Amino acid sequence: MKLTLKVWRQKNNADKGGFVSYPLDGISTDMSFLEMLDVLNEELTEKGEDPVHFDHDCREGICGMCSLYINGKPHGPQQTTTCQLHMRSFNDGDTITIEPWRAAAFPVVKDLVVDRSAFDRIIQSGGYVSVNTGGVPDANEIPIPKTIADEAFDAATCIGCGACVAACKNASAMLFTSAKISQLAMLPQGKVERKARAEKMIAQMDAEGFGACTNTGACSAECPKGISLTNIARMNREYFSAVLSSENV
Amino acid sequence: MSWVTKTFSSTLGRKLIMALTGLFLILFLTGHVSGNMLLFKGDGGEAFNIYAKFMTTNPAVKILSYLTYISVIGHVIYSIMLTSKNKSARPIGYAESKASTNSTMASRNMGVLGTIILIFLVVHLQGFWYQMHWGDLPVVEYDGESYKDLFSIVTFAFQNELIVAGYVIAMGFLAFHLSHGFASAFQTLGLNHVKYSPAIAAVGKIYAVVVPILFALMPLYIYFTS
Repeated sequence: MKLTLKVWRQKNNADKGGFVSYPLDGISTDMSFLEMLDVLNEELTEKGEDPVHFDHDCREGICGMCSLYINGKPHGPQQTTTCQLHMRSFNDGDTITIEPWRAAAFPVVKDLVVDRSAFDRIIQSGGYVSVNTGGVPDANEIPIPKTIADEAFDAATCIGCGACVAACKNASAMLFTSAKISQLAMLPQGKVERKARAEKMIAQMDAEGFGACTNTGACSAECPKGISLTNIARMNREYFSAVLSSENV
Repeated sequence: MSWVTKTFSSTLGRKLIMALTGLFLILFLTGHVSGNMLLFKGDGGEAFNIYAKFMTTNPAVKILSYLTYISVIGHVIYSIMLTSKNKSARPIGYAESKASTNSTMASRNMGVLGTIILIFLVVHLQGFWYQMHWGDLPVVEYDGESYKDLFSIVTFAFQNELIVAGYVIAMGFLAFHLSHGFASAFQTLGLNHVKYSPAIAAVGKIYAVVVPILFALMPLYIYFTS
């Protein structure tokens, strides 16, 4: 395959940045999108140029580290992670535009790498179950119906990649936050702290500068894990009932 | 900050106000379109004028009308606050974006649609609502009782092609605004369930088509019949 890449290059957060075009030849349709970028970076390194910086880790679609806004869509044309996107999804001779996630809460570190620690701070604010010291509880001590366990697990499949924020016209983090609130709110272990959790996580989400939800559904449509909008409705219920009944005056 | 101010300055609290005021305005539109169906009666406006007097003098309706004013103002103010937060959440946009592949045009442009509807609303209120309350209207008598002849103002306005066209086009924008807003309000309230969400979505789509069409038929009917 012969391609033209239009890549966003930015030295650091203070730099203005801009697009640079790179012609690329000899790409196999079996390569993943990240392998294609590896080929580009090898060429750039050989020429003594600065390689294109991008995030990646497991390359198996489960870690949530890869990002990239490819041809106007987060993770490109398929509903999957960029590492699981293959070059067969493109045509010979295509020009591919690659941009970083765009959100005030996700500042660009360099090139296509953005700082997603805003998500970590949302989790730190309440996205956990407090575990006190003591004996290890039996795994099946509390019976949980399969349907509820499945629904909680569906929410828990969110890998925190940030495609929802990237896709949303408001750069809203509601799909992410709602998935993290839902996975715990549905289970008995998580229900104990549900009120404080909803209040704290939503306060943190707002403080990070993410936008509000317009219910366009773009987040769910682009989510590589297909996290459902029902989670956002559940988060709203959790929050509204929490503000009416929590001890936090 | 008290828990109340904290809630209503959060994104979810502000969305809650958008949803509640939006749903109240949907109720208002339902009442408004039902009452105005009297324009189709062809009785020279008698029923319409009696109805207009009732709507401006009945104490219960008065309470509802104040709730409507509050809803309009609240819906506008909170949409401005939310939009400004949403805009600042993405200071640098994308060079290429294929938003049409993941969401509807109406859902992405609620602010623009709402602004057009607001402009229409101001013109509409000036033309009829203001005239009914404080304008110098001709008076008619039915069964010995005198009524302001709002019907004559309405029929006069809708002789003008430009006004008729403006009303019909504005209803088109209202249709798109409702096509997203109706179901979206329920989602914001947290009412999303396999049992009733498909029904809400279906009713929303039907409502967004039927109500604006009925409204649009009023100026058209008057234009072509008088």
